[in-house]
Amino acid sequence: MKCPRSRLYGITQEDDYSGHSMWPKKLNYKHMKEKLRIGCGAGFSGDRLEPALILAEKGHLDYLVLECLAERTIALAQKRKIQDPNAGYDEFLERRVSGLLPLLLKNQTRLITNMGAANPLAGGKKILEIAKRLGLKVKVAVVLGDDVFDKITEEELSFEGHKPLRSYGKLVSANAYMGVDALLPALATDAQIILTGRVADPSLFLAPMIHEFNWDIHDFDLMGKGTVIGHLMECAGQITGGYFADPVNKPIPDLDRLGHPYVDVYRDGTGLISKVEETGGAITVQTAKEQLLYEVIEPGTYYTPDVIADFTSVKLSQQGQNQIEVSGGTGNSRPDSLKVSVGYEAGWIGEGEISYAGGNALDRAKLAGEIIEKRIGNRFNEFRIDYIGLSSLHGETLSLGSSPYEIRLRVTGKTPDKALAQLVGEEVEALYTNGPAGGGGARKLVKEVIGVISILMDRALINPSFQLLES
Amino acid sequence: MRRKLATIAHSRAGDKGNILILSLIPFEEKDFDLLVSAVTAEKVKNHLKDQVKGEVIRYVLPELKAMQFTCFEALGTGVTTSLALDSHGKSMSYALLEMEI
Repeated sequence: MKCPRSRLYGITQEDDYSGHSMWPKKLNYKHMKEKLRIGCGAGFSGDRLEPALILAEKGHLDYLVLECLAERTIALAQKRKIQDPNAGYDEFLERRVSGLLPLLLKNQTRLITNMGAANPLAGGKKILEIAKRLGLKVKVAVVLGDDVFDKITEEELSFEGHKPLRSYGKLVSANAYMGVDALLPALATDAQIILTGRVADPSLFLAPMIHEFNWDIHDFDLMGKGTVIGHLMECAGQITGGYFADPVNKPIPDLDRLGHPYVDVYRDGTGLISKVEETGGAITVQTAKEQLLYEVIEPGTYYTPDVIADFTSVKLSQQGQNQIEVSGGTGNSRPDSLKVSVGYEAGWIGEGEISYAGGNALDRAKLAGEIIEKRIGNRFNEFRIDYIGLSSLHGETLSLGSSPYEIRLRVTGKTPDKALAQLVGEEVEALYTNGPAGGGGARKLVKEVIGVISILMDRALINPSFQLLES
Repeated sequence: MRRKLATIAHSRAGDKGNILILSLIPFEEKDFDLLVSAVTAEKVKNHLKDQVKGEVIRYVLPELKAMQFTCFEALGTGVTTSLALDSHGKSMSYALLEMEI
């Protein structure tokens, strides 16, 4: 394994190794660390549990990060919290923590996760309960301050549409993207678990780097480098071959046993990304390139609460099988305002589907679509008919000339009225006996829609804090 | 000779609100210059006109040997409220790769 040249920031070489009394005891041994290993065992709320268990058991990790919070996830969690003050943390928290906690404590791996979602305190209490049930002792640092619902007004303009928030619908949540400044005080405790609500995804990785290497948070070059690494890691399996594999021209071995990644970070901000040997998947320059640009609007100015990072100078090189080195990348300054995701009630979506196959399948599906449109189409604010197998994903232009053997009709409508939304599926189901020949496999679905828009908020208005819970 | 982008490049789709982000990465670095000259923002906008209603901005990344297309007004009313089957536009990477050059 290549060991990048080490550089020290914020402290001198002598201070680092002397055990000088000016440094608190706890920090002293931390300054000895030249390398930090962080694993990522979840890239979204519905991610698989097994890869995280393998990382915790065999990855020799210093930290395990579980990133489980998408924009809409937290708004939905806020709604659960309104129904039940003890709910609103990640729905899989219990399953994940029950499996992982014994391994994390045994291997002295700290867990950093945003599974607190809309209710980190309730999530923290749940973790204590789990520990008690397992006969284990644990300390949880619960990071608070992202919930800024009391600090917004309905008159504020959305970032996306420059329209007042009240024009979207009833507001249900407002969560600010906090950065490393929210995590660092919690990391300075001896808590084994750091549980947060909304924190920017790369900050979950950058914070332990700053904590262990004593980086200066105003060293924006290092903040940029650490953010690059965090961004590459935050989607877990998306850098080990998940969301990449194509059996024809991008084959990935043993995808069924896909492993999640870990990174060895060095003091100078260089990283070596790898995975547990026995797991499936692949880590290559190609998988890393796809992930580096994933969800990045402007590669030269990637905004996080910690830094405006520049990804254009990132260098990726293959160091061994399933091992790449990440270097380069930088950053400039730190934004004065933070993004706040605002959730609002956006009505109901009703869906219905039914399939047609064999001769004239597409003609029959189109007839069915026309019938539904005539029967109920004009009653919805938005109404849409798709032909799955033909044009539902990429539209009509790219599908011209193709004639599939099977077609699945999909009808959707959006409305503030739940009963009307249900009618979509009911009408599609009724096509069995009131529509074209040979329709099969009808399904219907109704779901409440929580829309998410954003505003910017002066970071001085956001006051991160933490609370220690101990079993 | 016309060929599909899929024969020389790969792509990943990402989303932010109503913005669709598509990377375009050659399998072999020698094809990077060809991609830069052949796959312009205008061509991508025209190719994806059924979905992309707004501007397309292209970023060329010579260090990474990759390009990126940031497509505005591309996801209906946005990821959280769209009626589309694939509201995130995750499948759109393969729409880009259908383009012929």
